[in-house]
Amino acid sequence: MKCERNRTPKTSCGLCCTKIVDFNVVYGKNHILKDINLHLHCGNLTAIIGPNGAGKTTLLKAILGQVRHTGQLKFVNPEDNNAANPTIGYVPQKLNFDAGTPVSVMDLFSSSLTNFPVWLRHKKKSRETAIESLTKVKAEHLINCKLGDLSGGELQRVLLALALNPIPDILLLDEPVSGIDERGLTLFYKLVSDLRLNYDLTIVLISHDLELVAKYANRIVLLNKEIKAYGNAIEVYNTEEFKEIFGEVWAKALS
Amino acid sequence: MEIIYSIMNFLLPFEWAKYSFMKNALLAIIIVTPTLGVLSTLIVNNKMAFFSDAIGHSALTGIAVGILIGLKLPIVSMVIYALFLAILIIIIKNKTKNFTDTIIGVFSSISLSLGVVILSKGGNFSKYTNYLIGDLLSITPKEIIMVVIIFILVLAFWGIFFNKLLVVSINPSLAKSRGISVLFLEIIFASLIAIIVIFSIQWIGILIINSLLILPAAAARNISKNVKSYHIFSVIFSFVSGIIGLILSYYIGTATGATIVLVIGVIYFISLIFKN
Repeated sequence: MKCERNRTPKTSCGLCCTKIVDFNVVYGKNHILKDINLHLHCGNLTAIIGPNGAGKTTLLKAILGQVRHTGQLKFVNPEDNNAANPTIGYVPQKLNFDAGTPVSVMDLFSSSLTNFPVWLRHKKKSRETAIESLTKVKAEHLINCKLGDLSGGELQRVLLALALNPIPDILLLDEPVSGIDERGLTLFYKLVSDLRLNYDLTIVLISHDLELVAKYANRIVLLNKEIKAYGNAIEVYNTEEFKEIFGEVWAKALS
Repeated sequence: MEIIYSIMNFLLPFEWAKYSFMKNALLAIIIVTPTLGVLSTLIVNNKMAFFSDAIGHSALTGIAVGILIGLKLPIVSMVIYALFLAILIIIIKNKTKNFTDTIIGVFSSISLSLGVVILSKGGNFSKYTNYLIGDLLSITPKEIIMVVIIFILVLAFWGIFFNKLLVVSINPSLAKSRGISVLFLEIIFASLIAIIVIFSIQWIGILIINSLLILPAAAARNISKNVKSYHIFSVIFSFVSGIIGLILSYYIGTATGATIVLVIGVIYFISLIFKN
């Protein structure tokens, strides 16, 4: 099956592949990331787990090209081989505005998607696009809300909707360490999981919730400066490296 | 100019509006205050209050340098020095990330002191106190045309770059991931602020210009829910306090710039009451 770039729901083709080859990131004397090699296939939800300071966010930023690194990022698409620049959608861990900032969800969409000044008005088309995208993440009712008034989970869904515009080849999600309630988190994982199945995206998710990861991610990377383990939940959660960091409990819970 | 004056005579049959310096000042305020109101929205969003303050302080060094090298118009050296400082601060900020406030503080205090030291040599500093509090009533028709040009410049800039700057202010990484050149945008925005601060200083004064760049948006954000209302309120607050401040300063005989700031200060506290 072809990996078409049209936006209709379809089953996974697994043919498009993003290859991370020999990523190394060094800050001064600190080796933040060491020899990272990963193949990310479309239709896969790859979760990155690891202790604090393992370099998880740095890895995403390296993929985004915002952190100086060695190594290559190769994107292979069966349709055209010169798809050198894949579209990358990115959901940051947090935004750096204070709660009082008068920017609405609609403002965020318009300013990201169009050049028409948002202080004048929103174009009808931008509003339609925003509603359509927000509906995908069950957040269309938030369109006129101030960003600062959203809960952690709502903000995360809004950012996800934004990252889906345009539909990316690779979706990078940096999950906040805290501030999202249990229900919001489960909803988010469900949505991401649906996206994986419906849009054939390559999804990379930094996660702090081992239970949800085991349930929804089909590939798990245990990262601690280098890749310590890779595989599905049962494989990874049973490795010595995993137990050393997160304890024995998880392996038992899964089996 | 004559036509505008006669229209104003017709529309404003008041005592204070009889004098042409008051007419000039009023015209300037009608154009300057919305400009500053618009600018203040992003200055406050981007947490650049301290930055614009530093640029204001740098003006003294700019004047001093201009006098040292014998320029007839100190505005030239003021603009060049402010641009240099603005770009330097942005580049350092991007290299080092976190301690921007300290960096700006260092440059700001050095600039201020250097300017005062050079200008006070020989005990002549009182000549320059005009720059500290400004004199809006001294504005000339030629300068009003300058103000109009700045106004158009800001509007054009806001039309072209606002959306991108807004995304940068929300999250630079998100902006970069959407192909926005963050450093470039920050540099040109900083340069725009530098130019406007320096030009406004002649009329509004170093000590007061920053208030007009912060207070309108600070008050507006208390009661706004989105970018559009943020702009509308910021411009209205700036404009209304400009007019009220000018008329008040005429009747009670105070410095116009500072009086305007006090009026907008009152508006700020009222906005706190209505904060949602």
